[in-house]
Amino acid sequence: MNPLVLTENFGRRCIDLTEAWGKAWIFLFRTITAIFRPPLRLYLVATQLYQIGVNSTLVISLIGGFTGAVLAVQGEYTLSKFGATAFTGSAVALSLIRELGPVLTALMVIGRAGSAITAEIGIMRITEQIDALRSMAVDPIKYLMAPRFLAGLIAMPLLCGIFIVVGIAGGYTVGVGLLGLSSGTFMSQMITAVESMDVASGFAKALVFGFIFGWVSCFKGYTCGFGAVGVNKATTQSVVIASVAVLVSDYFLTSVLTRVFMAR
Amino acid sequence: MISVRNVHKSFGSQVVLEDVSLEIEPGRTTAIVGPSGVGKSVLLKLIMGILAPDSGEILVCGENITQARSEQQKNAIRSSLGVLFQSAALFDSLTIYENVAFPLVEKSKLSRREIHRRVVEMLESLSLLPHAFNYPEEISMGMRKRVGMARSLITKPKVLLFDEPNTGLDPLVGQEVYDLISESRQKWGFTGVVISHELPEVFQVSDRVAMLLNGRIILEGTPDEICSSSNEAVQQFLNGKVDGPIKIH
Repeated sequence: MNPLVLTENFGRRCIDLTEAWGKAWIFLFRTITAIFRPPLRLYLVATQLYQIGVNSTLVISLIGGFTGAVLAVQGEYTLSKFGATAFTGSAVALSLIRELGPVLTALMVIGRAGSAITAEIGIMRITEQIDALRSMAVDPIKYLMAPRFLAGLIAMPLLCGIFIVVGIAGGYTVGVGLLGLSSGTFMSQMITAVESMDVASGFAKALVFGFIFGWVSCFKGYTCGFGAVGVNKATTQSVVIASVAVLVSDYFLTSVLTRVFMAR
Repeated sequence: MISVRNVHKSFGSQVVLEDVSLEIEPGRTTAIVGPSGVGKSVLLKLIMGILAPDSGEILVCGENITQARSEQQKNAIRSSLGVLFQSAALFDSLTIYENVAFPLVEKSKLSRREIHRRVVEMLESLSLLPHAFNYPEEISMGMRKRVGMARSLITKPKVLLFDEPNTGLDPLVGQEVYDLISESRQKWGFTGVVISHELPEVFQVSDRVAMLLNGRIILEGTPDEICSSSNEAVQQFLNGKVDGPIKIH
């Protein structure tokens, strides 16, 4: 291919990417400022908390319970090689609190509620409902995006908490009930191993993942393309981008939080 | 009431409007007609301030919406406008009652009791009261247009914009929408702007007609003047002929 055409295509992609990033940051800035601009529509935030939070509770509990159960089985198997099955409780709890709780909760919420938010806002965009809001002098960022963003920030740590608690219960049930571990050892090792910093680190991650969830799912819906294909593409991109962003940011967050907490 | 002055608008390399100028007179209904894809809806969105022109200016009730910098300034100008969208653009998650009450709940400082009184009055006058607690998906398209009209009229706007009010409707329901526009105008006395490609049906609600083609207003006049025009493009469009200066894409 002609090098000039290649350069031109590369340049165009760079410009498009820069433009998309710029739009995403401006969108984020407008959404955050809209949260603090009165009036605060609490009923809209409550509705979204119900949609994102309450409606996700069952699936989060289910995944949490089985994740804890699997961790107990795998932990007991691995630790038995070193004669250290007594630490199964602490292995289950630390894995859930520091890593699997926030990450799996975020991935589940992105798949369930994030895709729904993107599709809903996207459909509102293509059926002119967002234009209708603007024609009635109602700011769509304030009315639609801010409540969803805020609800995501609140719901994610709460769902993460449910995931961890149910996960530990699942791990305990399998470890003590099926694998024959001592209940007292399971609990005491867990209590000894888990520090408040571990819990703080897990919830800090959940908060950041809630931020990513709200930003990506609302932005992709708001900038959705034309027709059913546009909504389809926006929804897919929303789930993929938010999931990848969660996993990438998880590495950096883990590195930073571990260093911060180890230094204390 | 609305002045569109030398407006240009392009999307990338595609020029949509090129030096469009138009005066919408107060108390009258002006139809902006033209084939699909000539930029009629773009012009409507420019008037609403949803899109910004590349150059030129648009005055709504004497206020320059193109120079309004913030959304707050634009919103102040938009408060004199009502819009009936092509698909009615009702909010799916709200009932008919809530849809009609929406602009008052969000933007007015009226009491709940007063909002309720006005909404019931509006629903009653448009024969929508029996469907007040239905959702948009549960009513026909013609009825949705009526709800859209009720939602636009509830704030008593000075100007009402209609974007293709008859798209997707059968001839009977289409006529019902035109009758509704005529009756509402008599009752509420707004200035109307109707975007349409349905000729000559749209003439029955129009005092003046402007034809948009190739990014420009090529002819403006009363419906009779448009019908008797010797302009080939106008006659081709009016008579629905394939051959002529208007190229079908």
